[in-house]
Amino acid sequence: MNQLVFLIPVALFLGGVGLVAFLWCLKNGQFDDPQGAAERILQDD
Amino acid sequence: MCGACGTAVEDVALNREKTSGATQEFEFSVPSMSCGSCVAKIESAMAQLPGVESARANLTLKRLLVYATDDITDHAIIERLKSLSFDAFRIDDEAKADTEHQAKARSLLRAMAVAGFGSANIMLLSVSAWSGADGATRDLFHLVSALIAVPVVLFSGQPFFRSALSGLSVGRINMDFPISLAVILALLMSIFQTMTGQPEAYFDAAVMLLFFLLIGRYLDQLMRTRARNAVVSLSQYATKQAIVVGQNGDTSTIEADQIETGMVLRLHAGSRVPADSTIISGSTDIDRSMVTGEAEPVSARSGDSLEAGTLNLTGSVDVRVDKPVNQSFLAEVTRMLNAAEQGKSQYIRIADRAARIYTPAVHTLAGAAFISWMMYTGGDWQVSLLVAISVLIITCPCALGLAVPVAHVVSASQLFRHGLLMRDGAALEKLANVTRAVFDKTGTVTMGIKTVDAMPHLSAAHHNAIATLASHSSHPSSMAICNHLKPFAAVELEAIKELPGHGIEAIYQGKRLFIGRGADESTTIMVDDAVLGTVSFTEQLRPGARNCLNTLRQAGISTQLLSGDSSVAVERIANRLGISDFHFGQTPKDKMSHVSAAGDGEAGNTLMVGDGINDAPCLAAADVSIAPSSAADVGRQASDFVMARDSLDVVPWAIVMAKRTDRIVRQNFALAIIYNCIAVPLAFLGYASPLFAAIAMSLSSIVVIANSLRLMHTSAPANAVKENKVGPVGGNLQEGAVA
Repeated sequence: MNQLVFLIPVALFLGGVGLVAFLWCLKNGQFDDPQGAAERILQDD
Repeated sequence: MCGACGTAVEDVALNREKTSGATQEFEFSVPSMSCGSCVAKIESAMAQLPGVESARANLTLKRLLVYATDDITDHAIIERLKSLSFDAFRIDDEAKADTEHQAKARSLLRAMAVAGFGSANIMLLSVSAWSGADGATRDLFHLVSALIAVPVVLFSGQPFFRSALSGLSVGRINMDFPISLAVILALLMSIFQTMTGQPEAYFDAAVMLLFFLLIGRYLDQLMRTRARNAVVSLSQYATKQAIVVGQNGDTSTIEADQIETGMVLRLHAGSRVPADSTIISGSTDIDRSMVTGEAEPVSARSGDSLEAGTLNLTGSVDVRVDKPVNQSFLAEVTRMLNAAEQGKSQYIRIADRAARIYTPAVHTLAGAAFISWMMYTGGDWQVSLLVAISVLIITCPCALGLAVPVAHVVSASQLFRHGLLMRDGAALEKLANVTRAVFDKTGTVTMGIKTVDAMPHLSAAHHNAIATLASHSSHPSSMAICNHLKPFAAVELEAIKELPGHGIEAIYQGKRLFIGRGADESTTIMVDDAVLGTVSFTEQLRPGARNCLNTLRQAGISTQLLSGDSSVAVERIANRLGISDFHFGQTPKDKMSHVSAAGDGEAGNTLMVGDGINDAPCLAAADVSIAPSSAADVGRQASDFVMARDSLDVVPWAIVMAKRTDRIVRQNFALAIIYNCIAVPLAFLGYASPLFAAIAMSLSSIVVIANSLRLMHTSAPANAVKENKVGPVGGNLQEGAVA
């Protein structure tokens, strides 16, 4: 029971980090061109 | 690896030094961009163009965004892309209309992310509760769930709450009402149960419901219609000002709205005709392409009448105004287009039709569940409300909400991959029901390029002289003759003169050469008034045109050819394509009557394939329409699909795709209904635990998505045509029509 006091906030925090990261990516246009991004990895510049 | 571009690619320097002058933003659609090296090739070419500050290609959307100074025009960029063999067209106006939709899609995606976060975390706690946590632990889990669920529902539920409220404010109950009701009731009920320490809570169901529905809503938003604005761009053909010739010969400039019947106007070469009028003096060539669709100029002299919006190409003429501006040909086309577009928006999409039946059914069921449980338990409102909520949650249209959008998104991406851009989601539904296809001739089944069919025999000296003379004119006939006579050695010509409406002449070794209109109106070659012979022309068919029409006929779709061209030219093309039902000399109004006459019958839909301004009202009036990318802006904006590639093969293939999509959508609905038939009685009888609701809901959604993904496995249009020769594609089409 006691460990839950830590584990639940930890789980929520990690999930929250994922959510914030996703929203940040969305705002920065990271999802605008998934196909192009996949191809650009192969360019040598 | 990639057909559209070569192989090796050098390093790209994207950002150049900023030059003076304001930065402009150009956006282009580049449909043939298909791999990583295309991207690199385009971007490096753009970076080397003077005036370009930066360029970014988007491979997913097949678009190119260029930031440039004033020194460079969009035309120069398109030319550069063409030299790399990428066809491009500018999409700024459409893209601007698009931003509002993108903002909406983005906010839905945000809501979806939050709902996803919430449902994952609540599910984690719920699974613990289901697997045996009890007492204080379970109450703690429920409390944490409540703390997550309340803000998540308040944020992610907004699209549904707003839509339900706006529906209520006009006195209608839409599909979002039962959704909002179920989510809010489930949330309140669960909070109450958490407070009183009861064993079950519905937080997971409420939040997961939102999550699945938001997926469907987001995909649906991707497919929503863009605002059509064909009418606005038609106004660019209307002239703002005109030159009036007074009675004593003096001229003055007036605004177009001051033009009155009977006025005499002077039209200089290169200006558009402001109102329907008759030539009283002078002769010229007129570009009537917006009336007939034919690119070839027509000669006009005293006594000929001109339509508003046509272009005066070569000579200066005086005209008398016959009709007021607001009754002109152009105004009529604009009105027809307006009316046609309004008529089109009356179509009710299949998802909306389903919602009309569905919404009252859900409310009745939930209400009946509440009342019967109240009677059965003798007034235990808690249990009764719980059952009513579970009926609401279980019947909530997760699978139904996903049934149409997922199938349409998958299908649209397939169409897009093969060069057909979809502008309207409803078009896919209407395309599946096509029983009649109407084609325009010039620019649609033909490429609009003339080629020489028969040519008189020429001596070597005449060969070179005639070819050189023809090379001096940009008239389509001259260009065709010049191309036909290649290779030739250029010779010295004197006194080259282009005669408006007649032809071109020059002096060669003391003799007068002439190419142009002869005594019988046909194109004639003359040397010193002696006729060497006449030239006849033919048009180049668009690739895939014959296959396209054969496939359509085999599928039982009737075909028709409409053209503003003369009877001989239309008949020749119709015979080559095997079309027996053809009409020539058609005005936009005539074409409209053909298209809408067919639209009145309930039997099936009419597909219009056309490109010109004269086709625009038809494209808007037809149930479904396809325009080649070479079409006039007005034509492209008035149509549902735009063909990014030249070949017409994609037309029958798109119909097959639409039929398959239609079938998948129907299957999805069937799956959703079967699910309801099983789940609703269980919920009604009170056997639906939160666990059961969660599993059933996810399962039905996943089955519907998986079924829609089957559309990914589709053969390419070129294969479809090859197979067609032995018959299976035609067979598929008919099979689809039955199913």
